Amino acid sequence: MTEETEADGSEAGESEVGADSEQENDGGRFDRLPETDKDRSVAGRPSREAVLDWWVDRYGVPRETFEGYTFWEKGSGKLWAFAGDLSSPIAIEGLGLTFLRVRQEHWKPTTNAVQRFGHRATHNVIEVSEGEARAFVAGYDQEIEWEGDWGYLIVARELAGEREPLGVGLYLYGELRSQVPKGRQRDL
Amino acid sequence: MDVFERYEPLIDDFEAFLAACERPLPSVVRVNAIKTGVERAREALDAAGIGYEQPEWQPSLLRLETDRPGATWGSFSGWWYGQEEVSAIPAPVLDPRPGERVWAACGAPGSKAGHLAALMDDSGTLVANDRSLGRLSALRFNLERLGVTCAAVTNRDARNFSMQPFGFEVFDRTLVDAPCSCEGTIRKNPDALDDWSEGYLKNVSAIQCSILERAVQATRAGGTVVYSTCTFAPEENEAVLDSVLETETCRIVDFDLALDHDPGATEWRGEAFDPSVREAKRVYPHHNDTGGFFCAKLEVGE
Repeated sequence: MTEETEADGSEAGESEVGADSEQENDGGRFDRLPETDKDRSVAGRPSREAVLDWWVDRYGVPRETFEGYTFWEKGSGKLWAFAGDLSSPIAIEGLGLTFLRVRQEHWKPTTNAVQRFGHRATHNVIEVSEGEARAFVAGYDQEIEWEGDWGYLIVARELAGEREPLGVGLYLYGELRSQVPKGRQRDL
Repeated sequence: MDVFERYEPLIDDFEAFLAACERPLPSVVRVNAIKTGVERAREALDAAGIGYEQPEWQPSLLRLETDRPGATWGSFSGWWYGQEEVSAIPAPVLDPRPGERVWAACGAPGSKAGHLAALMDDSGTLVANDRSLGRLSALRFNLERLGVTCAAVTNRDARNFSMQPFGFEVFDRTLVDAPCSCEGTIRKNPDALDDWSEGYLKNVSAIQCSILERAVQATRAGGTVVYSTCTFAPEENEAVLDSVLETETCRIVDFDLALDHDPGATEWRGEAFDPSVREAKRVYPHHNDTGGFFCAKLEVGE
């Protein structure tokens, strides 16, 4: 079993301190995100504010959803959400939920993040039929009509009377590409 | 199953016990309150045409009429987690509260750690540890599927677990669901006894004693430690409790368990244990049509 298996970047070799005043990311430990861009000491690391803004802008997930959560980076561009706080940095194996990949042009939420926090999304959510949902969780790409934005969408279906977010799909050129990681795919 | 002959003196209806051990287990899932409620889980099962019954003793469990509980929408969405019915015993006995600091000392693959997080309302700090790196990826995978966000996952030997990374000194509660000879899982794993030997019991018992000692040391005075195994051997159960009573400041306390069970054994092969080990519970497969389990609750002293 593996967890999210998207490309992880090279974690090795990133633990050296940079020559200039800004430090580099250390792949062996968790560092809490700075509150704002002004507080930043590691190049390229997004701030908590930027992450909260992104969830609002991209999906309409309100900021208060993450009240009480702290955000952490471990491994370049891999962000974690933890329901509490600990002293930073901390060298352990896991801290809360892997929830967002940054440091690439388009940020990408994880399957588990969308399932945990995606219920309050208001846009960029594509509701699919049961058959389409089956293909999606099995990892298949499929042609589906969609009038909205391209890019990473929350894929949801109706389950037991409510909309249930299933995971993330990449919508491009009329096609919804399943981003459900291999270890998480199911043949239902 | 010749190994089980040694337990004949402990078990009332030994023939029924042996017969139960031969039967396969029903398929059971625990509904994960972090992602959904029991009502909605039942609706999803109804919609999928999967029958179920709810064991009276633990309303978050459902016995499913399917051989493949993993091949369901609820499983994909982390609404439920397939686990042996008896593995839902220890988390409610530990009874963690939202906001507390809780340690799952041997946490992989995550059924009990996930249950603890749900009982904590996914708030506070759950330190989910396992010594095995291979099992750790299963632990992380399972906790994430269940939507657990309050867990800090560590890969340490519980026997000399260090609090250093955390910036706090003690836990409020600790669960030691110890590595064991797994005799009680025979209904799920028919080869569970293949590597059984008295020598193994001796080795694993020494490890269990060290883990439980460390758990008591790492838990605050007045805090709770629960010790559980999925095995019948008193060497791995009452003898371990007896040992920690001698080395650490703690006592065994009674708890309610709405499943048929026997008390802990105060005597085994000529050795007498502290009488308070009676407060521990032995669950046998023929009692409730489940796997076998052992569970004890300890209160840490000053």
